[in-house]
Amino acid sequence: MKEATTSASSVSVRHAHSGVAMPTKVHARDVTVHYGDKQALFNVTMDIPANSVTAFIGPSGCGKSTFLRCINRMNDTIDICRVGGTITVDDQDIYDPKLDVVQLRARVGMVFQKPNPFPKSIYDNIAYGPRIHGLVRSKSELDGIVESSLKRAGLWKEASERLNEPATGMSGGQQQRLCIARAIAVSPEIILMDEPCSALDPISTAHIEELIDELRENFTIIIVTHNLQQAARVSQMTGFFHLGKLIEFADTGELFQSPQNSMTEDYITGRFG
Amino acid sequence: MSEIEATMQPVRNIGDELMSEEGARRVRRRYRADFRFRAYGIIAIAIAVGVLGILLATLIIRGAPAFVQTQVTITVDLRDAGIDPADPARADWRGIVADSLEAMFPGAGAAQARELRDMISGGTPFILRDRVIADPALIGTVFDIEVPASDRIDQLNKGAIDRDAPVAQRTVNDQQIAWFDTLEAQDRIATPFNTTLFVGADSRYPELAGLWGAIVGSFYALAVCLALSFPIGIAAAIYLEEFAPKNRWTEMIEININNLAAVPSVVFGLLGLALFLNFFGMPRSAPLVGGMTLALMTLPTIIIASRAALKAVPPSIREGALGVGASHQQAVLHHVLPLAMPGMLTGTIIGLAQALGETAPLLLIGMNAFITAAPDSMMSPSTALPTQIYIWADSPERGFVARTSAAILVLLGFLACMNAVAIWLRSRLERRW
Repeated sequence: MKEATTSASSVSVRHAHSGVAMPTKVHARDVTVHYGDKQALFNVTMDIPANSVTAFIGPSGCGKSTFLRCINRMNDTIDICRVGGTITVDDQDIYDPKLDVVQLRARVGMVFQKPNPFPKSIYDNIAYGPRIHGLVRSKSELDGIVESSLKRAGLWKEASERLNEPATGMSGGQQQRLCIARAIAVSPEIILMDEPCSALDPISTAHIEELIDELRENFTIIIVTHNLQQAARVSQMTGFFHLGKLIEFADTGELFQSPQNSMTEDYITGRFG
Repeated sequence: MSEIEATMQPVRNIGDELMSEEGARRVRRRYRADFRFRAYGIIAIAIAVGVLGILLATLIIRGAPAFVQTQVTITVDLRDAGIDPADPARADWRGIVADSLEAMFPGAGAAQARELRDMISGGTPFILRDRVIADPALIGTVFDIEVPASDRIDQLNKGAIDRDAPVAQRTVNDQQIAWFDTLEAQDRIATPFNTTLFVGADSRYPELAGLWGAIVGSFYALAVCLALSFPIGIAAAIYLEEFAPKNRWTEMIEININNLAAVPSVVFGLLGLALFLNFFGMPRSAPLVGGMTLALMTLPTIIIASRAALKAVPPSIREGALGVGASHQQAVLHHVLPLAMPGMLTGTIIGLAQALGETAPLLLIGMNAFITAAPDSMMSPSTALPTQIYIWADSPERGFVARTSAAILVLLGFLACMNAVAIWLRSRLERRW
């Protein structure tokens, strides 16, 4: 029988056997999160490889989004939230008091559950990040970034003719790809995606999944999803969370085919969650 | 399985159920309840609209006569009036007017000079003087000039005085009525639009009293109020809503701001009196002080409305901005604030409209003084529209009754305009997300 313990020390981490082993991008060691008195995350430890897609799965309230939001310190915006342990990106401790959180977020972009384009034109949505970070010197340079970002997000064909139209006039799937393009525009290293397809129809979802696979080449992608098939389709590594603990973290193929933990097996076979 | 079967009802015919006596009764009862509920709503609205209609109708009926003014054309003879062309202001204009009237009604003896003089406005000598100063060529000529009739003749002309009432019960005597009829027969009575009501300042004579001084005073006071309360209110709202830590102190501030919005305006007036007039020694009756006092009163309204507008901006917009590496401040300034602006502006205009109609604070800082010229600066004494209404409502002359209503209509007109601007701004600036 497989081990059924849920203690943090028993987390089984197995790295990808297949494919090229990637250097680690994000090191997390004993990460804990408290919301006021309530502990939401217990000693999460994992190494997320660079230039790959890492998926977090688990039932609602299991802490996967909470952990995701630790990686760009989005939890800082919640007053009662306290984060413990260490997270390093490229060996830099991101909770170092000397580190500027805004700079960090420019390197670790985020795409949210519900498409949230700014109520501005498509062009301005993409151009906003480069503008505030002073990444461009001229209008033509900015035009270039807007075009390349939209192209990489697979939106150029649909959007090139209507760059000055409001972004809110696009379909949900297009809006979500715009949000991805917006994240790409500041050329981050890591893109965090918090259930990016949960508000989209199957065709838009397929588009985004394809896009994620292409983006892997240049970015480290970490995606939270409720859709197990999606995790299996797009990710190379998968982490299963339950009740604030990382139960299992392994190569995606292995985790889905031969889970080491009985809870993981129960979850992916649909017995709970 | 057996459990499910046990809880299942026997097969039922839906038609039987819906059309049965019992079912029909239930439906009728629900229809009646629906009808009653809707009726209550309609009755409530009808009462509200009715009361509002009565108010407006009363004001219009009462105020309408004030929008026209009886004018009398008198013939003035300046051929031998002893006017010094170098300094016409020093001539005996009162005497000239009296002579002109006597010339028009030769039958009236010296005993009736006073009654004759009461036919036209007490301000006639000044009107005549100003006219001649403006046009010195009139000296030495005979000419016609249209002057306002006195209040009592104005009332007589508008039918507000019952000619058949006993003399003791009316303000005009039989002789004056006869003179009026003569003037009317000579086509010397006209009733044009009362421009004085809009361009004149306050006066002891109703026929010469106007709202211009009050309008200018209100404008200055509102400008000061806007200049103070808008930036302070918006800044306070943004800080409290977006940046302030949530602790006992901010909670206390929040509760106090909400309470301040409910504080009677007279209290703000007392505060203004104590603080601005007594402590800082600022001038009495000045629109500047009025505006500052009104700003105290408007601040909570603007802060509360602005915070509500900020709260209404979806958090996803904030997160999106933070997600691409905008700082908290950039997220607020670039994204949240533009989206909240329509709500903030609407709140501000509503607050200002409230301030425009506010009387009590202005009474306490002396903006109910009798001032016969429009203020030429924010520091010069002035009235405001609501205090002008208060003054007129308190005046005994018949003419001020109609003018009070007319002034209220003017004030309501300004309020309606401000609210229209608020609605227009909101629809204009509102963006979907």
